[in-house]
Amino acid sequence: MTVANPRISVRNIVKSFGGQTVLKGINLDADEGSVVTLIGSSGSGKSTLLRCINLLEIPDSGDITIDGEVVHFDRNKRAGGVNQAQIRRIRSSLGMVFQNFALWNHMTILENVIAAPIHVLGISREEAIERADALLKRVGIGDKHHQFPAQLSGGQQQRAAIARAMAIQPKALLLDEPTSALDPELVSEVLQVIKDLAVGGITMVLVTHEMRFAREVSSKVVFLHKGQIGEMGPPEQVLGDPQTEACRRFVRSEFGA
Amino acid sequence: MSFNLNVFLDAVFSWTFFQAALVTLALAVVSHAAAILISVPMALGLKSELAVVRGAIRVYVGVFRSIPTLLWLLFFWNALPQFSPIFRENWYTPFIAAWIALTVNEAAYQVEINRAALNSVDRSQIAAGTAFGFHPFQIFRLITLPQATRVALPPTVNEFITLLKATSLASVISLQELMTVTNQAVATTFQFQEYYAAAAVYYLVIVTTLTAFQGRIERRFDWTVERSKRPGLAAMFMARGRR
Repeated sequence: MTVANPRISVRNIVKSFGGQTVLKGINLDADEGSVVTLIGSSGSGKSTLLRCINLLEIPDSGDITIDGEVVHFDRNKRAGGVNQAQIRRIRSSLGMVFQNFALWNHMTILENVIAAPIHVLGISREEAIERADALLKRVGIGDKHHQFPAQLSGGQQQRAAIARAMAIQPKALLLDEPTSALDPELVSEVLQVIKDLAVGGITMVLVTHEMRFAREVSSKVVFLHKGQIGEMGPPEQVLGDPQTEACRRFVRSEFGA
Repeated sequence: MSFNLNVFLDAVFSWTFFQAALVTLALAVVSHAAAILISVPMALGLKSELAVVRGAIRVYVGVFRSIPTLLWLLFFWNALPQFSPIFRENWYTPFIAAWIALTVNEAAYQVEINRAALNSVDRSQIAAGTAFGFHPFQIFRLITLPQATRVALPPTVNEFITLLKATSLASVISLQELMTVTNQAVATTFQFQEYYAAAAVYYLVIVTTLTAFQGRIERRFDWTVERSKRPGLAAMFMARGRR
């Protein structure tokens, strides 16, 4: 591996909702081209952490650095001490994949994929369509351009959502339990697409309950426990030989299922 | 007394009735258009963080929905000129007064439709827009508005039909719309059946035509059918017999 450059760097992130602290000072790096997988039981803060990285949730305090650009959060300042234009620019550099796909259901698949490149990044329609063509082929739905999300299976919708996220040529892909809403027989087709992208070298932060998949693709596995990092390391270590009782219990229950 | 077909047909094809029908239709269209224009920001304002804004809109809706349309028509035509000489000048015609009265009245109803339609848009649709860095205005224009329009469309067409018929109330302020010319014809001839029937035909034709378009417009907002199989806006006016 070449010199590891943290693509995403999270420092001392604290986030609370209505008096309950969900993230209690998280430090995390995602190196360029690496796959960082967040695991943990529900309520451990893994989805909130992912949403904080994309600034869908504004942290109370801490720093997030995306490709060298630092955003500092301070709840005591107006608007959290952050600049809306900067936030939008950072969001537009990160591709988000949601658990429930969240494709815009009034747009065709093609329109979904070209919307952000055209309206946010200011790319020409022709170029956006060209890019979308290639991406939709890559995720295996090159024949669904003019269909609406409701006409596709869950697996196809999620693959379209991945194409939409890739269309902005993101600095990193953030995936929030991308297969949790899928019927079991549709999970593997989506995991295959994610795996191909990981092999292709895109930086990824992934929240998942698919332990075997996590072991296969991750560069680093982060076990979140009660808003803190319980354990962090290579997958063989965190998933194969967990050091803490909480992680051991979680991993055993997930693999046992 | 038997129905005189000639009187009826003469009325239907008379310039007077045709012109009055145009006034009726025009008043309904401009009133509803203005009401929609006002009511969309009002519906958004109901989500404002400022309690004053939310309160003011609720008061508006409450007041205008409580008071009969007829009273508003009379108020804007008879009472408003007493407030200011501006409203005693020539530009302030019955049409303008009726336009204002019907607009402010209709906006109160349309706010409720818009509010329900805006609330129907799934939050994840907006979250996805936010996640990709869209500006709040872009999220509204590209995501919220088209999705809310689909929901608002049927009740809005319903409102338009109600409004079209409510324009007949403007006969009390001597606007030359359909019911006014009908009443004038009846007053001199006492041929009630023929002229009432002629007016009814005009209302029927307008509403029936509109209903036919409603189906086509709603199909344009059907997101389960491929676009190539749906009528385009141009096709809606050109082709017949297409799905």
